Amino acid sequence: MSPFVLIQASIDILLLPLVGFLILIFFGKKLPRQGDWLGTSILFIALSLSIFVFIQKLGIEESLMFSFPWVDFGNVPLIGSLRIDLGITVDNLSAIMMVVVCLVSTLVHLFSMGYMQGDVRYSRYFAYLGIFTFSMLIIVLTNNFFMMYVGWELVGLSSYLLIGHWYEKKSAADASKKAFIVNRIGDIGMFTGIMILYYTFRTFGFNEIFEAMSTGKVPMGSEAWLTAAGILIFCGAIGKSAQFPLHVWLPDAMEGPTPVSALIHAATMVAAGVYLIARTFPMMTADALMFIAYTGAITAFISATIAIAQNDIKKVLAYSTISQLGYMVMGLGVGAYTAGFFHLTTHAMFKAGLFLGSGSVIYAMHHALHHAHDHHTDPQDIRNMGGLKKKMPITFLTFLIYTLAISGVPLTSGFLSKDAVLAGTLAYGSLTGHYLIPIIGFLVAGLTAFYMFRIVILTFFGDHKDHHRIDQIHESPMTMVLPLIVFAVLSFFAFYSFNPIEADGGWFYHAVERPESVVPLSVQATHAEAFEEAVHHAHVPAMTLSLIVAGLGILGAFATYHWKKINADAWAARMSGVHTFLLNKWYFDELYGAVVVGGTMGITNMLRWFDNTIIDGLVNGTASWTRAVVFGYNDHWKEKHVGAKIFLLGGLFVGGLVAVLSYQWLLSPLPTIMSYVGAGTGALCSGLLTFFFFWSGAGGFDKYVVDGLVNGIAYFSGFSGLLFKKLQTGKVQTYIVFVLVGVMVLFFMFR
Amino acid sequence: MQVGLTHYLIVSALLFSFGLFAVVTRRNAILVLMGIELILNSANINFIAFSRYGGMKLDGQAFAVFIIILAAAEAAVALAIVLNIYQRFNTVNVDEVSKLKE
Repeated sequence: MSPFVLIQASIDILLLPLVGFLILIFFGKKLPRQGDWLGTSILFIALSLSIFVFIQKLGIEESLMFSFPWVDFGNVPLIGSLRIDLGITVDNLSAIMMVVVCLVSTLVHLFSMGYMQGDVRYSRYFAYLGIFTFSMLIIVLTNNFFMMYVGWELVGLSSYLLIGHWYEKKSAADASKKAFIVNRIGDIGMFTGIMILYYTFRTFGFNEIFEAMSTGKVPMGSEAWLTAAGILIFCGAIGKSAQFPLHVWLPDAMEGPTPVSALIHAATMVAAGVYLIARTFPMMTADALMFIAYTGAITAFISATIAIAQNDIKKVLAYSTISQLGYMVMGLGVGAYTAGFFHLTTHAMFKAGLFLGSGSVIYAMHHALHHAHDHHTDPQDIRNMGGLKKKMPITFLTFLIYTLAISGVPLTSGFLSKDAVLAGTLAYGSLTGHYLIPIIGFLVAGLTAFYMFRIVILTFFGDHKDHHRIDQIHESPMTMVLPLIVFAVLSFFAFYSFNPIEADGGWFYHAVERPESVVPLSVQATHAEAFEEAVHHAHVPAMTLSLIVAGLGILGAFATYHWKKINADAWAARMSGVHTFLLNKWYFDELYGAVVVGGTMGITNMLRWFDNTIIDGLVNGTASWTRAVVFGYNDHWKEKHVGAKIFLLGGLFVGGLVAVLSYQWLLSPLPTIMSYVGAGTGALCSGLLTFFFFWSGAGGFDKYVVDGLVNGIAYFSGFSGLLFKKLQTGKVQTYIVFVLVGVMVLFFMFR
Repeated sequence: MQVGLTHYLIVSALLFSFGLFAVVTRRNAILVLMGIELILNSANINFIAFSRYGGMKLDGQAFAVFIIILAAAEAAVALAIVLNIYQRFNTVNVDEVSKLKE
């Protein structure tokens, strides 16, 4: 298979969703069924193509590249050569990611056909799904920072559009704005990072930058700048992957339709940040990687603790997503490159499944509540659920499989990837002494198992509160169940490695290998081989430990919520401070509200005061000053503008002096006595004039001199008109007499 | 007594004066026109006299013929105007025809 065909197929995959978007946004409403079949089938074609590319690519060692110059300004003065290349790269990383994106997107399309049925903006919803897939594929396929940034912003845009899909709801509109703005904060960092790199290397291409770096070139000749660039680019990932401290937008993003949460806020868009770290991994210095690892660990811990106390099923899943993203980031940060990316892939499958499963539950709850004309009960609150196991068997079974996967139970894909990440952190701890990271890692693993089983038990086990309601709950339609089954199947180990306890031997580890670092040796992280060695040693303890904590977590959940051995409410009451703290999400929203929003408001108020008082005061002062000058020496003057009076008088005197002096000097470059006398006279005149102005006001001058002149001319014309009117009798014979007289006068004059 | 240029000029001057007097004093439009006619003919006499005594060929006579033709045309147009004025204002008194002044 020639590489050219693969490149072509990849470009087709990239452009197909865009075509779907364009057709649906313009003609969606006119198409039969509002065009949902079109979006879905286009994505299905893209999925087939991406699987084809994926299989073909794994057989080729080298990565495929295609790029073309987009704009070339040539040699710009003061800047140097300025040229932007666009292009795509198809390597194992992007081939895998492409399949993940297309697969999740296709299944979400399919699921949405059921879930979104009868929605007000049905066709627009599918169009937005298309533009999202397109922008995500740009990020996946690009070979340069420029397109990466474009895709980055486009993903932010489509996320904004989809979160605010039900914009009539204020909370949804607010959430979409919040997501957009919080993401923008991270993007500024990313932009700055890209600019640092561009300033030094004069190119946006990943490979070109890495090649230049491997020859020892670093930004501004300092390794610190390289670390800064790495951390700044990671800022983009902090925003998009909802890492601490910019994680606050993701839980609110659950205001969007649930399939969107599955597609964007669980499986793909938030994974873009992780993908970005994977792409830029070679240029990360040891310090930058440590920063990344700690950010991931802190994020994982904070969100896992919050997830325990939440009652909204989607909120719990949102925090678990943040927590798992923290895992991936942490994995990449400690140097477990393959493990981190592996966790991204497996997590995409089971988290998309979890969200779609919760969507299925919410859909059923919503319809049951709607049937009972109950508009007060929250269909997303897990405390209102329970006992759905029998009514929704497929949803339950698949949900259970996802939960087992995310908790890291053997035989699932999550076990493989999570174990690999944890082994990586343990190895990092033993190599560098940062033991806090593995400790947080294992703690979060236990917490994850606990809160995930908490929602499974509260949703599916036990008895339903309302017996009338449970009768109305049914399994969701086929289009919704099918994606659940596919994701559940893909949550098993066999798709990634044939060895159920170790992923090392599987195709994934073969396909995705940690790239060589290109940063100077002095700031490099632990070398891959030494790290592999440490991971190898850490593997068995990590696996044992993770099994123990996951088992404890699951056991704790069952003890608390199923067998009721531990009373959760009593515990919550006993530790009411901690519980309230967690329930309110560590008060991050309140903190940001006070510091960022309040700070902005404070600065704005200050500026408003400045504008109102100083700027407007100046403008109004000028106006009243002019007014005073115009209307002359009247009461207004007397009372208010004594200072201004003197100022005006003196100012005009000095002005006249300067004007006359400069005029004199213009006439005679060498000042003579006469010029001084002239200047004195001029100034005196101008002073007198000024006094006249001051006394009568400029209005007086205008009134008497200017108006007098104009009116005088008018009167003169009028008077002469009156005089000559007498002569103009209209009697021709009189005119002839005048002519006769005139001729006679002339005759005697020129005789 | 030999009739010379002076005699012609005196006749012409008298004729011009009578014509001018008629134009200036008469109120009747027809009479004004007749005065103009006299002025034109006094000019004719001058042309022919200067032509005859000035040693020229027939230049003056040619001018005179042109003026006679023009006078005829002028009289036709002017009489038509006067006729119209009479139809509209029922008078040919030039002083009373002052509608445009108002």
